Amino acid sequence: MAPTKEAKATKATLKVNPIDCTGHGVCAELLPELISVDEWGYPIVDPRPVPPQLDREARRAVAACPALALKLIRK
Amino acid sequence: MTTTVNEPAARQTAAATLPRLLPAAPEDLRAHLARYGPTPYRGQAGLLIGDLEASGLTGRGGAAFPAYRKLAIVAQARGRKVVVANGAESEPASRKDEVLLRAAPNLVLDGLQLAAEATGATEAHLYTHHGATPEIIRALAERAAAGLDPVAVTITQAPPRFLAGQESALVNRLGGGPARPTFQPPRVTERGLHGAPTLVQNVETLAHLALIARYGPRWFRAVGTSAEPGSMLTTVYPPDGKCRVIETAIGAPLNTLLTSGPQTQAWLVGGYHGTWLPLPQAAALTLDNGALGKSGAAVGAGVLAALPSDRCGLAEAARVVRYLAAESAGQCGPCLNGLPRIAAALAELAGPRPRRPVRADVERWAGLVEGRGACHHPDGTVRFVRSALTVFAPELTRHEKGHCSGTNHSPFLPLPHTTLPDGIPTSEADWT
Repeated sequence: MAPTKEAKATKATLKVNPIDCTGHGVCAELLPELISVDEWGYPIVDPRPVPPQLDREARRAVAACPALALKLIRK
Repeated sequence: MTTTVNEPAARQTAAATLPRLLPAAPEDLRAHLARYGPTPYRGQAGLLIGDLEASGLTGRGGAAFPAYRKLAIVAQARGRKVVVANGAESEPASRKDEVLLRAAPNLVLDGLQLAAEATGATEAHLYTHHGATPEIIRALAERAAAGLDPVAVTITQAPPRFLAGQESALVNRLGGGPARPTFQPPRVTERGLHGAPTLVQNVETLAHLALIARYGPRWFRAVGTSAEPGSMLTTVYPPDGKCRVIETAIGAPLNTLLTSGPQTQAWLVGGYHGTWLPLPQAAALTLDNGALGKSGAAVGAGVLAALPSDRCGLAEAARVVRYLAAESAGQCGPCLNGLPRIAAALAELAGPRPRRPVRADVERWAGLVEGRGACHHPDGTVRFVRSALTVFAPELTRHEKGHCSGTNHSPFLPLPHTTLPDGIPTSEADWT
């Protein structure tokens, strides 16, 4: 799928370090638009660029991760 | 072709036929040098990396990544650098690295030294499941006596774990820790052993490198396909289960390596992270990623098996997946949770009258673990599982009706004796 104009502007994607992640689920609560949890409680992250209107929430979810496992990767 | 080595034409011709890597019997240093000529040190880095790029050599550990690219990344880095010969073939069914190290240790050690020179590395390691074997010790001693190795080689034994040879797991082990993968990036070529840029190459890749350094890229490309040049070592399991290590041209017809007659019901290509292929549909395929990719398969590290018709394919797959689940490093939630569930479900599918929802459970869990590990263990396991359920779908229908076509219940695909039930890694010591 071609990235939208907004997505091109931020070029940031969310990535989980699956080794550090312990499945607290905080990220999915703070950012349900981009993160859901699987049946074991581990996050499933939308691989597409973070839309700019969710940039603040994405940064908040990254900061809130108790395991420091969620990253916002800016290209 | 630019080369600093002037080899007699006869030698080049001799090495242009297969096998290139495996002598009939193990060779000492004198025989090795007589066969291949002296180790062709270049005196500078660029030449060999350029030749490697022109040769099209790819990693023979399974990922088929262009060899020159990893060398170029490490060569460009500054400061202390490390090269590692990786002989820790993780596949219980693969024997080719072990056979190569026994028969032609000097070819691997040539390649390791040439890679060190090409990258400017001052530290070299050999990492294998068998540690310092008599063949390796003898080769290193003979080379030391001949003053052949500018960089000292440290030998480290890999723990008997499926993931021990994974690049980041290897770097962790060499650093004194457990042989478990880490999350990448950074890649080990950027930040590897003790933070130093580290080149990890499969031992067979290094053996090919040592020959490309001698005879050049054109010679290397005389066999193989234009997209995937050269030869490769394969571990082949005919229906009698007695495996052989065979060096073959990439692109060779698979039916010259594996039987496809009525004795054989399916092929496994690429080992336990590989793909089951149905017969007779697969009989016309060739051993190269270009051809196999269209069937969702890859050559991997060259494990090829012909499953005999008297075995139950689902039972074979269930045994292997049980092993793979036990070999999860247990670090990533989806792999830790998903693989044992997939294994248990496959065990049910391998038995009589599995419950209806089990097949769908496997599909769902496969989707949940794929792409969600720090390493490719879940991805490879899922590839194996999905292809098994496709190829053995008729057998699954039989099981649902309470029948099984397997008449020989002795295991066909090899698994380590130590694996189950007591060999399941439970403590840190199991990974070191």
